[in-house]
Amino acid sequence: MEEAMRANSKMRAEPGVESSPRGPGCSLRHFACEQNLLSRPDGSASFLQGVAEKSRERLIRNTCEAVVLGALHPRTSITVVLQVISDAGSLLACCLNAACMALVDAGVPMRALFCGVTCALDSEGTLVLDPTAKQEKEARAVLTFALDSVEQKLLMSTTKGLYSDAELQQCLAAAQAASQRVFRFYRESLQRRYSKS
Amino acid sequence: MKTSCGLFHLLIIFPGSISTADGSALVKLGNTTVICGIKAEFAAPPTDAPDKGYVVPNVDLPPLCSSRFRSGPPGEEAQVASQFIADVIENSQIIQKEDLCISPGKLSWVLYCDIICLDYDGNILDACTFALLAALKNVQLPEVTINEETALAEVNLNKKSYLNIRTHPVATSFAVFDDTLLIVDPTGEEEHLATGTLTVVMDEEGKLCCLHKPGGSGLTGAKLQDCMSRAVTRHKEVKKLMDEVIKSMKPK
Repeated sequence: MEEAMRANSKMRAEPGVESSPRGPGCSLRHFACEQNLLSRPDGSASFLQGVAEKSRERLIRNTCEAVVLGALHPRTSITVVLQVISDAGSLLACCLNAACMALVDAGVPMRALFCGVTCALDSEGTLVLDPTAKQEKEARAVLTFALDSVEQKLLMSTTKGLYSDAELQQCLAAAQAASQRVFRFYRESLQRRYSKS
Repeated sequence: MKTSCGLFHLLIIFPGSISTADGSALVKLGNTTVICGIKAEFAAPPTDAPDKGYVVPNVDLPPLCSSRFRSGPPGEEAQVASQFIADVIENSQIIQKEDLCISPGKLSWVLYCDIICLDYDGNILDACTFALLAALKNVQLPEVTINEETALAEVNLNKKSYLNIRTHPVATSFAVFDDTLLIVDPTGEEEHLATGTLTVVMDEEGKLCCLHKPGGSGLTGAKLQDCMSRAVTRHKEVKKLMDEVIKSMKPK
């Protein structure tokens, strides 16, 4: 990287090469542009990531706060730590499911369980539940919902992209149907766990 | 300056309030006051998209707008609001980023949108979205040509043109109380007492750019549908108001 920067300054000292828009000097010049850009995006990339994580944290925290019966534990801090081991798409939904299972494991009293479901809408309008990272990137819209276990009400929603009202209802209905499967999975895994002890 | 009212608070939009900015707007939604200033600067376009410019929003909630904010680095609420505005710009495609490109791979515009809250009385997301939209409609960019010989940009300040605003996203926020009551356009006190909030951002074709519900008590599908229809009527009102204001400001 240092070499490239030095080469860049050397290039700038030779006005003939610098001004040619097309030519052998062009590839090095492009490198120089990259160098200049690297200092800014590096800063902005980490800043943006920080803000996106803050936003995700707030969503998960507010969802947990809505279901946890905090009044039964006054002056208590409940910390939920989520560590991403691998991200293959639908990250937020996975985090929500993990948070719910962790709260159940900890024995925190809750008024309902919750689960996260992600829907992706591609350019033709086809609905894909639980999309992979590739499907999420290529989708026209990605909608993530958190639904409760009692009446499948919408606890949390965050969306990316443009979609119509009808598509929203369609996704919500599909997510509500899918959440049944997730809750069944919760029940089965808990049954398995407690039947051993 | 024009006003509009209904079930919602009084909305006042005042574009062009900052003379040193390339575009600006002051919005008063009830007591909540938000000002947006847009500065355009040059930058090299991103390497993975050499024909695009940048739009960089930033929401600032300084201690002067409410006693709940302290001075120092942006708090969580400001960061979430910044992320929300960035999402709205990205999802609604309010400006085609290709329009901000001057010379592909070499030079493009970057629009720094600074949204500052002057008085916080709830419903900050709606106010920020209105301010951003009004300010973007107010932005005038000078004509830029790249001189072939010197490869430098020449700015012609006498020839300015407005931005091409493709869609008009309008945000409508609701405060949820125990999944029975929904209050539209909540004040600070209502937000504080609410058990949840919901923000719907819609454009003129009825397409949704953002459905932001950060936790809180649950909503049924029917209640959600109700919110959508209110958001549609709100969009019509705000768009009409904004068009009137812009039209009255245009011949300067």
